[in-house]
Amino acid sequence: MTSSQTSAREPVQTPTLAVRMHDISRSFGPVRANRDASLEVALGEIHALVGENGAGKSTLMRILGGLLTPDSGTLEVNGRDVTGWSTPDAIAAGVGVVHQHFMLVPTLTVAENLVLGKEPTSGGQLDYRRAVADVKRLGEETGLVIDGTRLIADLSVGEAQRVEILKTLYRGAKILVLDEPTAVLSPPEVKELAQVLRRVRDNGGTVIIITHRLDEVMSLSENITVMRAGETVARFHTADTNPAEIAQAMVGRHVRLTTREFAIVTESTAAANAASASRAGNAAPGAPSGGLEVRNLLVTGFRRSYEVNDVSFTVKPGEILGIAGVEGNGQSELIEAIAGLRGIAGGYVGIGGRDVTSASPRERTDAGLSHIPEDRQRRGLIMNYSVADNLILGMQHRFTQHGSLDRAAIAEYAREQIRTFDIRPTDASLPARALSGGNQQKVVVAREMGGGRDYSVLLASQPTRGVDVGAIEFIHARLIAARDAGKAILLVSAELNEVLSLSDRVAVMCGGRFVVMMPAADATEEVLGEYMTGAREAA
Amino acid sequence: MNTFAIVTQVLRIAVPYLFAAAGGVIAERSGIISLTLEGYMLGGAFAAVVGTFYSGSPAVGALCGIGGGAVLALIHAVASIRYRADQVIVGIAVNLFAIGITRVFLKLMFGSSSNSPRVDGFAAGYGDPLLWLGLLSTPVVAFILFRTVFGLRVRATGEKPEAAASVGVPVHRIQYMAVLLSGALAALGGVYLALDQHQFTDQMTAGRGFIAVAAVIFGRWSPLRAGAACLLFAAAETVQIHLQGNHVIASQFIEMIPYVLTIVALAGVVGRAIAPAALGASAP
Amino acid sequence: MTAAQREKIEEALFPPVVAILIAFVAGDIIMLNFNQSPLVVWRLLLEGTWGNAYGFGQVLYKATTLSFTGMAVAFAYRAGLFNIGGEGQLAAGGLAAALVGFALPVGFPALLAILLGCLGAAAAGGVVGAVPGYLRVRFGAHEVITTIMLNFIVLALLNWFIATRLRVPETLHTPEIHAGAIARLSAVLPAFHGSAANLSVLVVLLTAIAMWYYMFRTRGGYELRAVGLQPDAAEYGGISVGRVLFSAMTVSGVIAGLGGINFVLGYKYYYEDGFAGGTGFLGIAVALVGRNNPFGILLAALFFATLSQGGLAVNAFVPKQMVDVLQGIVIIAIAASVPEVQRILLGSRRRPVTTSALDSQPAATEPPAAAV
Repeated sequence: MTSSQTSAREPVQTPTLAVRMHDISRSFGPVRANRDASLEVALGEIHALVGENGAGKSTLMRILGGLLTPDSGTLEVNGRDVTGWSTPDAIAAGVGVVHQHFMLVPTLTVAENLVLGKEPTSGGQLDYRRAVADVKRLGEETGLVIDGTRLIADLSVGEAQRVEILKTLYRGAKILVLDEPTAVLSPPEVKELAQVLRRVRDNGGTVIIITHRLDEVMSLSENITVMRAGETVARFHTADTNPAEIAQAMVGRHVRLTTREFAIVTESTAAANAASASRAGNAAPGAPSGGLEVRNLLVTGFRRSYEVNDVSFTVKPGEILGIAGVEGNGQSELIEAIAGLRGIAGGYVGIGGRDVTSASPRERTDAGLSHIPEDRQRRGLIMNYSVADNLILGMQHRFTQHGSLDRAAIAEYAREQIRTFDIRPTDASLPARALSGGNQQKVVVAREMGGGRDYSVLLASQPTRGVDVGAIEFIHARLIAARDAGKAILLVSAELNEVLSLSDRVAVMCGGRFVVMMPAADATEEVLGEYMTGAREAA
Repeated sequence: MNTFAIVTQVLRIAVPYLFAAAGGVIAERSGIISLTLEGYMLGGAFAAVVGTFYSGSPAVGALCGIGGGAVLALIHAVASIRYRADQVIVGIAVNLFAIGITRVFLKLMFGSSSNSPRVDGFAAGYGDPLLWLGLLSTPVVAFILFRTVFGLRVRATGEKPEAAASVGVPVHRIQYMAVLLSGALAALGGVYLALDQHQFTDQMTAGRGFIAVAAVIFGRWSPLRAGAACLLFAAAETVQIHLQGNHVIASQFIEMIPYVLTIVALAGVVGRAIAPAALGASAP
Repeated sequence: MTAAQREKIEEALFPPVVAILIAFVAGDIIMLNFNQSPLVVWRLLLEGTWGNAYGFGQVLYKATTLSFTGMAVAFAYRAGLFNIGGEGQLAAGGLAAALVGFALPVGFPALLAILLGCLGAAAAGGVVGAVPGYLRVRFGAHEVITTIMLNFIVLALLNWFIATRLRVPETLHTPEIHAGAIARLSAVLPAFHGSAANLSVLVVLLTAIAMWYYMFRTRGGYELRAVGLQPDAAEYGGISVGRVLFSAMTVSGVIAGLGGINFVLGYKYYYEDGFAGGTGFLGIAVALVGRNNPFGILLAALFFATLSQGGLAVNAFVPKQMVDVLQGIVIIAIAASVPEVQRILLGSRRRPVTTSALDSQPAATEPPAAAV
């Protein structure tokens, strides 16, 4: 069972459980998000719920929060059976959920968002003044200080999260559930959050935190529950375990998928990479001329004045430049600007020596640009189109005769790509939405990097997000092979180890700027981490 | 024609617009597209005439009118909220349905294809309580929207329903209430129209509901600004009536003013017209 | 037949079948209210429409205009646009056809005159359709509102033009055209004598085939549907979204405008104020029931035309206004059932994977976008 039960230093009586979820099952159509999952959280502890993408953690917490009802199983909170309760019940019982995607109304103020659903009234009217005062009072009590009259749309991500937490505390939450709270925080904000959570715990509250950041798990939590494929697979006492053990439980094999174990596979990728790089040299003979040049790029955004603030760099043919950084520091905007999907406020973009600064996406493709977008379901694929139609997206003019599409040529091309890239199922007429995440990504990769695609520069943004291990290895191999064949590749990834293992050079993006650029050999997690947090400033 | 008489005329023309626009604002602020104001108005007009005819009292007729609008609004609400039907299509359909059903009942009850028998109304001009209610409708909706709990929830629902649902706001119920309220308000516009003319005629609303939609958009979904737009449109109409003999500008061009202004507003010439973010989306 | 194909057919057929059923039930209720036996009335309705050549001719005539407006709505809808302006576009097209026919001298070669008339109608409709298209692309003005507003504007303009410029006194129609008349169906098939059905039917069939081919066999159609399904992906795929939106609205207007030839060149030989009579709006229903597919639209148009003509045929028993009610009910019922059907089918179509649909997006708040 769990390692904690084998330890001899247990107190005699069982501590009261704040939350007990037993044999919870929940399906969405054919998708079984939770299968007989369980969770036990003691009163007054900080508990980490870990697992890969799609393990069922969010679903389980939504059931706890009353947003979903389980198909079967029981939910007990503070000793009471509350299975199938609704959100208002959960809130009334002191369960507060802080969602990964903030549930804040941007056009309303902090105070309005705070009291929504539990509004103070005076004489039948909404008592707005009291709401603002409540924000102030709570801020002083918890250290989460914020001005109640500010509009949500004007807040930073960290400030918005503060409001989310305040919302739960305003409703008297004693059991706080946070879903991937640090995913979009900068390291100083993460430290602040850790302090807040400890304060909540010290004031008698219970915290459940969903995260895949094992370093946070180790430093914050007292107990850990691991989920995989909808089931609960392990429980650990944090003091008695280590990241490797947790990661192995998360993936269930000796092959890896988490940040830490990811390092192991990426280490092997890196080794293969180093070997092949030393063989191939910078550019293979006969490689297409080309390369990406970016000078003084400026992209405006709405939260900061410049999302991309005077960025300059080049990517030579036959190299991979990896950009590391906390998400939300301008990486997405940079990629979109280079791809022509976002307007530029200033600067220069060149592909293979050609000026494409004001070129359309189509013109950039013709100039030799390929792009694996970070959001395949929104950008990279048309979910209702068949696999075949998706494989020609962006190249449809090459399959056109006198305005009509050459269906036979398209079908043959599709067959070829499906075979080469091992896309499953192999029926090219299936809609893209019928494929798994990994196979969908392979369709994108096949299109952007496959035979018949004449490119010299590749933008790869989160190329293995939400993709299974086998596909990850496949895609990594493809990226290295492309580099060896003389392509210039710009890689953006939230997974630091992916960046480290694939890149020849590494840059860190923070606050819209490149704060450092170094050869991969000199880059370590620690050093990069300092740049990513802004602890070390640009030279 | 003295100024007072002209102002009175503007107000009287504005009342149906004001009622309908007030209703339109609150429904759209809750996230439900309201192209149905025309249908509610027509239904309210007819129900009011039927009610007054059979009871002899315009007050009863007014209540019936509200009921008629509410029934149509309920159809719209159920289709849009419960069944997540496309709100534009449902809107068009409810309008068609209103035209049809009033015609059918006109034939069934009064045996006519064009108009009902004459009924009593309220007192004319400033003695008509509906006139005052109409003038108050947009300020009242402004109060509801910005000073009450219900109004806050409506605004939240129309901007980000997931956020409202996550804190236990009964999003669907809020939308139902907003739509029913809009039905009642727009219907009152029709009630005023019918009782003022003392009869119901086929399709008597003649596009007023769409002028109200124009006012809502031109007023950027703010009740008071929409009300001002209604007065503006009514003023233009009054001017046109008085210019009729002069042929300075043909009446058709004056007719076009509300529609042209709305297009101008949407083109951002008078500041961006930004709708509630979740308008038309199916709330979770 | 693969599972995917079967599901596609199911999704396509279900709403229209529901439409017919709902029409039956609602019609029954109304008929009973008028103390009529539904069986008797429905039989009379069918006899009055498909049971005799004149009635069928009228059905064909009405279905022709409805097919044009339906295809116009569907064409725009495939690009993700809502064209509610069919009424104004149709009327503008009709006037243009009348003006061309009036301007041409008597004795002008018939086929050329008809062609010119069609071109005029198409061009006028296209202009009216282009305006909301431009406003949408340039300013982000939502086409639902601009097309509705433009309807009023265009109809008022046309009314002004007729009233002040070019009409036969005591009427609201233009003088008869000199050239470009389209032959009645009765010229070819004498059985249709007396009905308004005319060879515009051939034009509409050609238009349907052309629309189908364009939509599903050409690159233009591929790009248009891509924009309608996922504009972000279309943009990424090098498609100029703005250009597609503008041309889709324009072509949509062209198709609706072309519909004007049915009344003007094929039936009355003049333009009459108000001839559109709601067929622009009804086109929305036709597109909906026809699932935005040209051939489905032809069938849906026949359905609605049958109801309309049938209403006249049974007017002595149940007022023809019943048809307006039925139309409204059918549209609501279809609009309500489409999402349900999609939900059910989509749910069963998804692969069995233990993925929570709720993970994996960075949290952010965006400013509200300009919409309706």
